[in-house]
Amino acid sequence: MTPLVSVSGLEIHFPTRHGTVRAVDGVDLEVNAAETVGLVGESGCGKTTLGKSILRLVNPITGSIRLNGIEISTMTRSELRPLRRQVQMIFQDPYASLNPRHSVGRILEEPLIVHRIGTPAQRRERVAWLMSKVGLRPDAARRHPHEFSGGQRQRIGIARALALEPKLIVCDEPVSALDVSVRAQVINLLADLRKELGLAYLFISHDLSVVEHVSDRIAVMYLGRIVELADRATLWTKPLHPYTQALISAVPVPDPKSATRRLILEGDLPSPLNPPSGCRFRTRCPIATELCAREDPALRTLAPGHQVACHHAS
Amino acid sequence: MSMPLLKVNDLRTHFFTRDGVAKAVDGVSFSVEAGEMLALVGESGCGKSVTAFSILRLIADPPGRIVGGEIMFEGRDLLKLSDTEMRAIRGDRIGMIFQDPMTSLNPVFTIGEQIAEAVSMHRPVSRKAALARAVELLELVKIPDPHRRVQEYPHRLSGGMRQRAVIAMALACEPALLIADEPTTALDVTIQAQVLELISELKDRLGMGVIIITHDLGIVAQHAKRVAVMYAGRIVEQADVGALFQRPLHPYTQGLLASIPRPHVKSTDRLTEIPGMVPSLNDMPAGCSFAPRCPRAIERCKASAPTLDPVGNARKVACFVARQELAA
Repeated sequence: MTPLVSVSGLEIHFPTRHGTVRAVDGVDLEVNAAETVGLVGESGCGKTTLGKSILRLVNPITGSIRLNGIEISTMTRSELRPLRRQVQMIFQDPYASLNPRHSVGRILEEPLIVHRIGTPAQRRERVAWLMSKVGLRPDAARRHPHEFSGGQRQRIGIARALALEPKLIVCDEPVSALDVSVRAQVINLLADLRKELGLAYLFISHDLSVVEHVSDRIAVMYLGRIVELADRATLWTKPLHPYTQALISAVPVPDPKSATRRLILEGDLPSPLNPPSGCRFRTRCPIATELCAREDPALRTLAPGHQVACHHAS
Repeated sequence: MSMPLLKVNDLRTHFFTRDGVAKAVDGVSFSVEAGEMLALVGESGCGKSVTAFSILRLIADPPGRIVGGEIMFEGRDLLKLSDTEMRAIRGDRIGMIFQDPMTSLNPVFTIGEQIAEAVSMHRPVSRKAALARAVELLELVKIPDPHRRVQEYPHRLSGGMRQRAVIAMALACEPALLIADEPTTALDVTIQAQVLELISELKDRLGMGVIIITHDLGIVAQHAKRVAVMYAGRIVEQADVGALFQRPLHPYTQGLLASIPRPHVKSTDRLTEIPGMVPSLNDMPAGCSFAPRCPRAIERCKASAPTLDPVGNARKVACFVARQELAA
């Protein structure tokens, strides 16, 4: 079966005054239809850039991005336009991602206008349907974004992403700006929509407990590379990469009795302008050896569906 | 029993705006002992930061004003002090750390100059001695190579290093009380772990009382000893951390704990939601402010507001239903 999205050998670089940032530096990843793939990592690891590249919001230097087997990384804008409907995005900040001067109805209608779908009457009907799908009253369509709370705005962002009946939604930190009690509402909404509409998600977040809750498979990124990829249960219970292990143990568990021995990483993320030689994680890795400085570890398959980029993992 | 280090009594901080009076903090009482960490938790707008700013008397007036209560600290009511007396306490006996380390540091002065300023503000020391103390403090917060770092400007430091520098500044005069307002919210998870570990360790070593303000129940569980849960300007439940997580009494606390994703729960399971949203501070419901969202509200909750009353040992809850159940 062809995966819905397949990325391979992807490299995305940003030239700066101080040198080139290799934001995504050789990534392979697949998302199948109706599957949720979680993408975790700390700020600057390249997870958002990777997500944006699937919508061609940033362009890769090299590598391939296939949508249902069709190569899109080299397509022109006009070639790409009909395919854009299949992949949509939800952004982190529900305040910055909605145009404050447009009514919610207009915001939700815009994708339909751009893609010349339906008559005005049909579009209005579709807008009402979208609003009820995300739990908003359709008569609120005339109101503007500032009249809604953060959680409601994120629902509007979700409705907009659903407007074109996409196959995949790239969710970039969709609940990070929300309060705890509202966060659960939005996570449940995304889960319900997925079940009902057969959506696939690429779910990007720095919050491992959220990613663990929503994903089928999880990819862990560090400085532009995927360092581990596994199904959610395996990743959480048998993480093999020392970075994944540290990341999991750093999550504060909401249970005072879990006296987990914490594995606290020393130091900071190295600058992506100047990543360490060999394995990029070696400067913070508790088990790094001389081999790690010399040789860049490739992503190896250690068990079916479980890939790790570490010389010492087995 | 000796006096607690800090005792806040019926604190009320209101904001007088064009749209009416926002009762951001409306009758909050709690205490902190030396050497213990108290967590104030709640969602945005619940009044946890306003509580902290009130203790430091940093509420902008207008529009805000502390309209009632007392804040007893080392035997004195902070609300009765003059501005000069208060300034002598801030940064000396009470240290503070804010959420965003970049905005709490001045970009045009070196880290060393800023820490030295905090020292010389309160101690009669030479510039040289103050700078030497700055190096000592950077060492205390485990910044590698402190002699070099002391001469650097904030932009040269990573987020985690900046927050360490801010902690160093807060500790400059060995305060008895440290107030940390969301100290790790702007940091990555592996860096957050480092900074929280550091604060805990310094608390034990220096015997400080710490108030940590956070929305993250994981941080509460792992680091605090006692916890006060705030909702819409009031404390709704107060308990030892172990007791609160084992058996939350207030329906809001129960809802919060049930709504966080936990490891090993099947992803097909839905998270428990708290329906609706936090009420606007200008337009509070009569009675219990949580009643409109509460699955267990009874008639009485809509008519009158429950007070925070003791239930059992070192535990308080502001809920008619919870108290009824405990009494039964």
